[in-house]
Amino acid sequence: MKKLLALILALVMSLSLVACGGSSNDTTAEPAADNTSANDETEAPAAEEETEAPADETEAPAAADVKVGFIYLHDEQSTYDLNFMNAAKEACEALGIEYVQKVGVPEGQECYEAAMDLVDEGCNLVFADSFGHEDYLIQAAKECPDVEFCHATGTKAHTEGLANYHNAFASIYEGRYLAGIAAGLKVKDMIDSGEITADQAKLGYVGAFTYAEVISGYTAFFLGVRSVVPEATMEVTFTGSWYDMALETEGAQKLIDDGCVLISQHADSLGAPSACEAAGVPNVSYNGSTIDAGPNTFIVSSRINWEPYFEYIITSVQNGEAIADDWTGTLSTGSVELTDVNGAVAAEGTAEAIAEAEAALEDGSLHVFDTSAFTVDGATLDSYLADVDTDPAYESDTEVIADGYFHESEFRSAPYFDIQIDGITLLDTAF
Amino acid sequence: MNNKTHTPLFHISKRGALPWYAAWAIRGGALILALLLCALVTTLVTGQNPIDVYITIFKGSFGSSRRAWVLFQNIAILLCVSLAVTPAFKMRFWNIGGEGQMLAGGLATAACMILLGGKLPGWLLIVIMVAASILAGAVWGGIPAVFKARWNTNETLFTLMMNYIATQLVAFFIIVWEVPKGAGQIGIINQSSEAGWLPVIGGQKYLLNITVAAVVCVAMHIYLSYTKHGYEISVVGESENTARYVGIKVERVIVRTMLLSGAVCGIAGMLLVAGTEHTLTTTITSGRGFTAVMVSWLAKFNPFMMIFTSFLIVFMERGAGQIATDYGLSQSFADILTGIILFCIIGSEFFITYQINFRHGAAKED
Repeated sequence: MKKLLALILALVMSLSLVACGGSSNDTTAEPAADNTSANDETEAPAAEEETEAPADETEAPAAADVKVGFIYLHDEQSTYDLNFMNAAKEACEALGIEYVQKVGVPEGQECYEAAMDLVDEGCNLVFADSFGHEDYLIQAAKECPDVEFCHATGTKAHTEGLANYHNAFASIYEGRYLAGIAAGLKVKDMIDSGEITADQAKLGYVGAFTYAEVISGYTAFFLGVRSVVPEATMEVTFTGSWYDMALETEGAQKLIDDGCVLISQHADSLGAPSACEAAGVPNVSYNGSTIDAGPNTFIVSSRINWEPYFEYIITSVQNGEAIADDWTGTLSTGSVELTDVNGAVAAEGTAEAIAEAEAALEDGSLHVFDTSAFTVDGATLDSYLADVDTDPAYESDTEVIADGYFHESEFRSAPYFDIQIDGITLLDTAF
Repeated sequence: MNNKTHTPLFHISKRGALPWYAAWAIRGGALILALLLCALVTTLVTGQNPIDVYITIFKGSFGSSRRAWVLFQNIAILLCVSLAVTPAFKMRFWNIGGEGQMLAGGLATAACMILLGGKLPGWLLIVIMVAASILAGAVWGGIPAVFKARWNTNETLFTLMMNYIATQLVAFFIIVWEVPKGAGQIGIINQSSEAGWLPVIGGQKYLLNITVAAVVCVAMHIYLSYTKHGYEISVVGESENTARYVGIKVERVIVRTMLLSGAVCGIAGMLLVAGTEHTLTTTITSGRGFTAVMVSWLAKFNPFMMIFTSFLIVFMERGAGQIATDYGLSQSFADILTGIILFCIIGSEFFITYQINFRHGAAKED
């Protein structure tokens, strides 16, 4: 047995030797063939020592002024990171900016090291995409006052008092609400066609953590559904991870087995869309279209388009202008988007209904968290203190209900709606 | 079986002891082969000149003084864990629970920092943290050892399972201490007060960790080569029966060695949590508990050789990561390169132990 194993090992080794010798001739011919992926590296090599440029106020935004470094938690396998990567590419190419990307950077000291390394490489604008990167980015920002650091989904910039550290998010709850309308129309269709009865109108939602961002998202989605099907209910399950294909698939399957007739999710793998496709249950997605994973079940997806923000921070650095501490993208900045509706699955008139609600949200005649649209323990909410300034004791500090609605993403960009409203059942709250 | 003598195309036989230079020539050859293969794969995928690829690998570790420090910091932690598992391996006790023992040490450290931070003077807190991490690591390593000594359970499975328990325990406490609520992460512990952070010596963040690893390295060498305990470990490793015959209490040696092994892993976990990361996550060890197994084996359990083997692994890992960044490839590509490198290096050990004799080759002569 040992001998056999040794033999196989030897065989593989010698084969790899042969393979190496055989194909090394080709290497000289190869380089020209596949140059596209390396292009962005070679484009602007002269940008290294331009960090003091903003000081001389020439008002002529030369493209070479900025080199951006991007830090991503995962790689393009994650719909969440992919959404950032696409936006980074678009924004930098549109503005002719050199950029460097670091993928698979964990939420730890590696993030600080990656940020400092990007600074060493001449980046004067560094962006990180994951919530857990925040503290390490702050650490880097303190050490490099000449470099601008921007962070998506973070909560601390408005209290940290650092001139070169900034948070950004988008009012994605509005996108979720619109996606909820599409889901509601689909469920209504199912009721009207007799496929289900009105009291079977139960939706399912796969969330990552019982974190405000997730709660705000699923509540907005649910309120969107209820604006079409007032008797709808929803079950939410949590995976305890932002990205876990197996757990998300399992979570979606559990909801389907539980009788949920439509699934949406806030977690970043293709787990839930794939489970829905396998079971033939319609799915409202997130972070971008998942129509490839679910051609027969995908309805629509909401996503944050980060390109406007990237263009904003890049031009700010170019022009030597201050970047907002806490930037909230909205429907009107083009930051909150819905993908094309999949006509094969969605109910008729979905696109029109979404457009109508979108216009109402934009002109302020409609508010997602209108206190007349939901109850908490059977009562209407008229006051709520939210935990806007992050602290280990979770201390509530800001009154966020006024003029008859919950003011989400106004006191800071990251969501802070963390109320359990009636009609939504949490299946497990371990996370 | 027929009686005709059948000579295979080639057969494999065990070598006699190779002179050290021959062994190292084979290892060097494997490294060169690994570099060639990596360059080839990278060239095929990205169309880069292989020389540039080598430069990029080198740049990943030595491109700036910061990268060099990060390299040495990573070597220090990996070395520390490798040293920790070594006494157990020498005893033929397959401790693949370095991961869990590190996590246990890290968890104990984080607990002290969170619960006692600001309530005790800084030095006292650090003393408590060190003690707690050593204790936690030792307990995590000691449990499988006791079971092995008492009931002869399978230590490989046991230590492996203990890893999962440690990971889940850490996951549980992350939810207990999470900031902000529901976020599923702790963030930097005591970021403003820096309570419980290991002191920065000589103005270099990572110097303390590197120093501790160096001290552990020398101490482990002395312990294994020049003490009675070290000798007992070797004897138990060679043959338990011999050890019993000469009056060594095998059970005691097993438990004692694993307590030590776990304790040093606990220290490594403490260095990670209090020295550099200042947080606690389930992935904080980055698989070092498993990589350490390889480092230790490749170095033939020689502590000083481990400096070299851990350097090799960290150097290649960082080089591969740099290729991924510079050529816009995903992390998986870096993993592929690391895989090629490790395959070649481990493969070289085969050629050091065995030789291939071809039918019409020089094999007839021996």
